[in-house]
Amino acid sequence: MTRIFKHRLVLPIAALVALVLVNTISRPSFVSITIRDGQLYGSVIDILRNSAPLMLVALGMTIVIATRGIDLSVGALMAVSGAVALTIIDGSGSPDSPVTLTIAIIAGVAVTLVFGIWNGFLVAVLGIQPIIATLVLMLAGRGIALLITGGFITTVTSTPYKFMSQGYLLGLPFAFYVSAVAILLVAVIERRTALGVLTESVGINPEASRLAGVRSRGIVWGAYAASGLLAGFAGILYSSNIMAADANAAGQYIELDAILAVVLGGTSLMGGKFSIAGTVIGVFTIQTLKSTITFLGVPPAVSPLFMALVVVLVVLVQSRRVRTGLARLSAAVSSRKNPEVAR
Amino acid sequence: MSGTTTAVRDIGTGMRRFVGRRVSWIPVFAALGILLVLMLAGQAYFGTFITPRVLSSLLLDNAYLLILAVGMTFVIITGGIDLSVGAVLAFTAMLGARLLSEGLPAVLVIPVMLLGGSLIGLLIGVLIQFFDVQPFIASLAGLFAARGLAFLVSLSSIKVEDPLILWLQTKLFYLDGWFLSPTGIIALLVVAAGALVLHFTRFGRTIYAIGGNEQSARLMGLPVVRTKLLAYVISGACAGLAGVVFTAYQGAGYPLNGVGTELDTIAAVVIGGTLLTGGSGYVLGSMIGVFVYGMIKTAISFLGAEQSWTRITIGALLLVFVVVQRVIVSRSNRR
Amino acid sequence: MSLAAVVEQNVTMPEPSTTPVLEVSGATVRFGREVALDSVDLRIFAGEVHSIMGENGAGKSTLIKALTGAIALDAGVIRMDGEVVRIPSPLDAQRLGIGAVYQEIDLLPNLSVAENIVLGREPRRRGGIDWPAMRRIASALLAELGVTIDPASPLGSHSLAVQQLVAIARAISADLRVLVLDEPTSSLDADEVAELFRVIRDLTDRGVAVLFISHFLDQVYEIGDRITVLRGGALVGEYRTTELLRIELVQKMLGRAPVARMARRSADPDSTAPVALEGRGLRRGERLRDVDIRVHEAEVVGVAGLLGSGRTELARALAGVDTTDSGTLLVDGRPTTIRGPRRGIALGIVYSSEDRRAEGIIGELTVRENIALAIQAQRGVLHLMSRARQTELAASWIEALGIRTPSPEALAGTLSGGNQQKVMLARLLALAPRVLLLDEPTRGIDVGAKVEVQNLVGELAANGMSVVFISAELEEVLRVSTRIVVLRDGLLVASLPAEATSSESLLALVTQPDDGA
Repeated sequence: MTRIFKHRLVLPIAALVALVLVNTISRPSFVSITIRDGQLYGSVIDILRNSAPLMLVALGMTIVIATRGIDLSVGALMAVSGAVALTIIDGSGSPDSPVTLTIAIIAGVAVTLVFGIWNGFLVAVLGIQPIIATLVLMLAGRGIALLITGGFITTVTSTPYKFMSQGYLLGLPFAFYVSAVAILLVAVIERRTALGVLTESVGINPEASRLAGVRSRGIVWGAYAASGLLAGFAGILYSSNIMAADANAAGQYIELDAILAVVLGGTSLMGGKFSIAGTVIGVFTIQTLKSTITFLGVPPAVSPLFMALVVVLVVLVQSRRVRTGLARLSAAVSSRKNPEVAR
Repeated sequence: MSGTTTAVRDIGTGMRRFVGRRVSWIPVFAALGILLVLMLAGQAYFGTFITPRVLSSLLLDNAYLLILAVGMTFVIITGGIDLSVGAVLAFTAMLGARLLSEGLPAVLVIPVMLLGGSLIGLLIGVLIQFFDVQPFIASLAGLFAARGLAFLVSLSSIKVEDPLILWLQTKLFYLDGWFLSPTGIIALLVVAAGALVLHFTRFGRTIYAIGGNEQSARLMGLPVVRTKLLAYVISGACAGLAGVVFTAYQGAGYPLNGVGTELDTIAAVVIGGTLLTGGSGYVLGSMIGVFVYGMIKTAISFLGAEQSWTRITIGALLLVFVVVQRVIVSRSNRR
Repeated sequence: MSLAAVVEQNVTMPEPSTTPVLEVSGATVRFGREVALDSVDLRIFAGEVHSIMGENGAGKSTLIKALTGAIALDAGVIRMDGEVVRIPSPLDAQRLGIGAVYQEIDLLPNLSVAENIVLGREPRRRGGIDWPAMRRIASALLAELGVTIDPASPLGSHSLAVQQLVAIARAISADLRVLVLDEPTSSLDADEVAELFRVIRDLTDRGVAVLFISHFLDQVYEIGDRITVLRGGALVGEYRTTELLRIELVQKMLGRAPVARMARRSADPDSTAPVALEGRGLRRGERLRDVDIRVHEAEVVGVAGLLGSGRTELARALAGVDTTDSGTLLVDGRPTTIRGPRRGIALGIVYSSEDRRAEGIIGELTVRENIALAIQAQRGVLHLMSRARQTELAASWIEALGIRTPSPEALAGTLSGGNQQKVMLARLLALAPRVLLLDEPTRGIDVGAKVEVQNLVGELAANGMSVVFISAELEEVLRVSTRIVVLRDGLLVASLPAEATSSESLLALVTQPDDGA
């Protein structure tokens, strides 16, 4: 199995390395890291920090996709958790108190966890198609976030809250640690327990898994709950970054970025085998790509166009037609040795 | 010639036969039912809900969505999906607005807008058909591309002053308190064309065939490849046409147009009785779905509530529909 | 086009001749280094029913695919009426008059019967489809087959047997010369098979040649005129059914004498062995109507019955895989509710589905992971079986069951049918179950593996396990079971010791009682 994955990660890693190389060649400052007041700065550091929300969402998306599903609501859920958290902080008398902070974060994440459980219920228990089931919250979620903020963009000033996305810990951005912890937790839970292989089993063949006694329902349900939870944390980070709860902008198109990251990492949209490492690489690739686009002077609003080109490139490479074309090439080369013509 | 026992079992009463023929219409009737309920409830609550003015506005305000829904219906019946329509609408609107502001006549610009939409649709179709890309991802790429292109044309809005375009929206034909704009007529014509094509052409029946069983359709000699590509081209063209209508409606092109519109479109089509799994659905049903959407929007503005409630309600309605569809399907599977 | 003209167009009356309507000479197909067909000849004459017989892997389906344009020949010539033809695609085959009806009925369930028959050649009027004309043409073609159904009704609303007839109607709507029927009777009941045979005879009367592929020897002998036998991709010979004994046919297919019957263990129908599992009054929809059944320890209960008789439903109900509308299950004499496979497994009752691909093997997981799956699921998410332990488990079962795989790390989907079946068995046996419910475990696997599985079942029972063995092949049921129950139309109509049953009496019990049909 590791052999397969080694094989699978080759392309994503190659893509990321190529991207980094291109960047470094065109602007050598890309890889330079400066130290100020014991804190590291630089383009690479920015990528580590800014990729945190996407990393969280993409991790959840990986698990959901592995069950042969999809979660379109993550962007909307980000908006909701930010709205809940900031509303609490705004309403409290003490925006800087760690107690308020904890309550706000827990509340925000709890709400999205409930929504995730709701999504899981629709898919696992009622058997509704994941696209439709999560489409509901994708439609309604931002509206709900707007209602929570009363239709405004709630802004707060809170030093500890701001710290999450802007602060530093031991020289590196705090947000990066959040990413790292999430990656570690998810990897451990998936691979050190049977959850990973059981999830893959459910994704590849749900009915056969059920007959073999696998708790298909529970696994699918859990996947969406996890996605909701992670989206909640991502929303907290995002709102921490802009110190505002913007129901419309929060997590806009992040579900698409997340799906792209997962696909880039080698996990198939058809479900089944998944790769956490692949998703991590995919996230960094996308973030680097965004940084590249910004550097090129392309207005951020136009960047989706480049993401589209990347999507097309990736799927072309992964497409069977291209693969069989390459395979035929290599077969033609190797069949030179064999006198019998291979069909 | 001796009849068979199976044949005897199969001949039902005339009534059963009628229903049996039209089993796929049931979700559409359900949607119609909901529309009627909404109308009656609205009338009962507001008193001035079912007036010619309100109903005429319904078509006027949602003409763009109607056109989008027709295109989306084609795609969804084949079992696919097109997430790019909102962004394509924005892009063609921007393209058109830019060309018009450069002085090109509307007669030239409108076909260009349609062509632009069709091209993006074709690209999506090619990715899906020839490179085995899932419709979800392929149309996602289309969404990204179109949105980026829209901003590429211009980062800010472009006002449109072309008289023909504006005429499309502002010219109103009156009849007894009812009014109709050319955009409304265009939308209705698109619906009619869509319905006729789906029912009376081989292309239309192949659309259903692909949704039923693509492999079988191919074995039966139906032009599957061509049809699938065309379905996405049609969706793109409809998005382009919707761009024309929307530009007329707003008097300008905004690059931020249509954000989330693809979801509204999908919701309208599903509520209108088209199954997301493909193989079944009607353009008339999608039209009903669009009216349901419009009616909810109207009701919410009547209530003076925030517009965000529209999306929430549509989401809830979509949910109810889907759950009911699911229950019916699982009941019949059990048998 | 007048109705009469349409009908007449499809009635082909060829002159009597000795030129085969379809002839293949030296057909060869290679897949990489593997030779699927090795210089095979085939002759089909107008108005005859011809069967191609051979085990799985003998080359039957490859030959059919070549005839229907699904694959191309690497060598060899195809002739129709003596003229050389090429068949590069299914459409070309159709144009030449070769129609095919496959097991999966490749039609469109969401469209109407008329469309399924006529689409692709639909009548036009004023630029659009002429629906009334389409329905008329469909009705006429269906009437030719003696089927009267509403042409405007959705195809999916009809039974599989009727859908098959619609597929045939589609085939005859276009100048049919040869009709290929690939395993047409697998899902039909006796009435429906009789109906199909009537249609086949009608077609042959009109000069159509029918290629009838089926593994049901009885049916081949009933309807077939001539048989072509393939073995290992090569032609063994071409024979008339009247001149070939069944035993000879099987010998030619296998290349050796058929395996002797297993010595049947004596079984006492009023066995005093404890009842491991019992079902009372089991009912589920139309398929299962009030069945009582007892499964004792250390016995093999063979379940015989036609498709649709409720065999699978019974097994799934006993295992708790599907819930019943009413009825009770008793485990060791105690009433228990078994909701879902997990509960069944916890009680030691396991079920192996008849559909290996859809409900059995997890293709993209390795053999090791497949075998360890059920045990892992029982242990729960938190207690991961170590890799070493899993490998050990897999290795021991691979050896015990003789699973042929390059390594435990091979993907299960790459194994042959027989070996996949063994992997499924290993997975279930690893749970050390008390009751093993096997649904068509030897379907589609080669004779060698078949016998291995049957022997295994005998051994398991001898060691105290209860086995319920469902099979469509009565010979197999007789061979394997200690006791046989017969299901018919959702009811259990007989329960007898295997020893005392002959294949004739079993056949009589399994099919409809005499009522002139």
